[in-house]
Amino acid sequence: MIEARGLTKRYGEKLAVDDLTFTVRPGVVTGFLGPNGAGKSTTMRMLMGLDTPTRGTATINGRRYADQPAPMRQVGALLEAKAIHGGRSARNHLLALAATTGIPRRRVEEVIDLVGLTDVARKRSGGFSLGMGQRLGIASALLGDPGTLILDEPVNGLDPEGILWIRNLLKALAADGRTIFVSSHLMSEMALTASHLIVIGRGRLIADVGVDELTQMASHNRVKVRTTEAERLRRLLAGDGVGVTSPEPDTLEVTGLDSSEIGLVAARVGIPLIELVPLQASLEEAFMNITRDTVEFAGPIEHLGEPVGAEGALR
Amino acid sequence: MTATTLHSTALPTVTQKRVIVSEWFKLRSLRSTVFSLLAAVICTVGLGTLISALRANDIRTHGGFLPGPSFDPTAVTLRGVYLAQLAIGVLGVLMVTGEYSTGMIRATLSAVPRRLPVLWAKALVFAVVVFVTMGVASLIAFEAGAAFFAGAGIHIGLASPGAVRAILGAALYLTVIALLGVGLGFLVRNTAGAIATLFGVMFLLPPIVSALPPSLYADVYRFLPLMAGSQVMTTVRDTSLLAPWSGIGVFALYAVAAVAGGAVVLKRRDA
Repeated sequence: MIEARGLTKRYGEKLAVDDLTFTVRPGVVTGFLGPNGAGKSTTMRMLMGLDTPTRGTATINGRRYADQPAPMRQVGALLEAKAIHGGRSARNHLLALAATTGIPRRRVEEVIDLVGLTDVARKRSGGFSLGMGQRLGIASALLGDPGTLILDEPVNGLDPEGILWIRNLLKALAADGRTIFVSSHLMSEMALTASHLIVIGRGRLIADVGVDELTQMASHNRVKVRTTEAERLRRLLAGDGVGVTSPEPDTLEVTGLDSSEIGLVAARVGIPLIELVPLQASLEEAFMNITRDTVEFAGPIEHLGEPVGAEGALR
Repeated sequence: MTATTLHSTALPTVTQKRVIVSEWFKLRSLRSTVFSLLAAVICTVGLGTLISALRANDIRTHGGFLPGPSFDPTAVTLRGVYLAQLAIGVLGVLMVTGEYSTGMIRATLSAVPRRLPVLWAKALVFAVVVFVTMGVASLIAFEAGAAFFAGAGIHIGLASPGAVRAILGAALYLTVIALLGVGLGFLVRNTAGAIATLFGVMFLLPPIVSALPPSLYADVYRFLPLMAGSQVMTTVRDTSLLAPWSGIGVFALYAVAAVAGGAVVLKRRDA
């Protein structure tokens, strides 16, 4: 369990992280979302004790990271790709880290196999691709077989096969009862991996929601209708819970009715339809909208699941 | 809370001894370390022997025209140390700044979040490695140089007054340079900055201080790191400078200050 309480980091004039409070629970993958520069990496560095918070606390299983007696056994972290000396082989890098906590050689070989670096483990890591660097970073995070994993943008630089691999790995580790905290600036990726989301923008908490909630919120569908009699159709469709806008002449965007209902109404009165297209707001759009509005939200938005919020998110 | 119960029994913890093993392993597993140490050994032995050979030859060819009482053949055999210190100092800096420039430091400090054990381990491991290898190199340089001087009728050996102290002193001098490098590495974190500071303090201070008024100059000059530290490698006393052991003691204080400063920065600043 990871707990941030009023976590704040100020760099000179700039508040990188602003009074962040959240809890990451074991057993599920928790996504940490926000646009670039939102403060995700800074938050993770504070969790790992690399940066000292200006205010507030960050604890893992009730203790600050620096106070963990066997840190690598408790928490594994991937904070940046290729945090390794290029002149050293992947295997030697892991052996050096393992030595600090008395982790046996056998475990080093295990994690090398697990992340698929067996063939290159003895080569100088300077020539590693970003993807290989990520795999090595994940190997070092897993070295102590920790109960908590903190991964900053782990899919960066991975090929599709690697992305699928890490997705399944994280889900399996969470199913084991571990606490998994993964940052990303890609909602689409998080939608596939995480079941809970913590969204930040400009250092502040924007949302702390389940992925299902957000999916529901985003699935208020719109239907795009192109017709020669836009104005007449608009009047026919208007009613309770139905919203109609006209982004351009001859085109309507309808919410609250699905495409079959619209098609039947038009057919009944003989209005020709040139196009009838269901538009689904992706989670990506929902995410971009809530983070784009970051500045306007003075604090956490409580109305996220409500129609007003959804409406705002969809437009 | 499952997370805590996963490994609740007998957690192997981070100990200073384990961090020392880790740093020793890090030092060994980089080719650049091995090459730098090799370069320092070659400088000490090769250059020391070459200079001794040239001096011995010069004395021989001038037909018994012996140099004065200030001539110190032991110090001549150890003169290669002056070049070797470049390799040792740079290596000491790189042991630390190399981790900062590559990002490795984040992995290191994630493994050892109390941080200071990393500094003690790096300092100890590198100091021991430098003292042992450079002690051996200095001994070889002395013996090789002594052989050439013997050919010119000047006899020095381990039994000569101050010889053993000078040989050990050369290794000590380089060990202090090594610690200065490690300390400045943690203090400055940046390779170019730390190397410039190290060699600026070592070699640029003497000409600057020599421009001071004579009354000040004498008091300041002998306490400069280079002047204080190098006396331990000589067997003929220069009375305007500090005595060998007090000199190396003063020199060591500079290293202690650098390491202490590095420790404060490591503990306090964000990594």
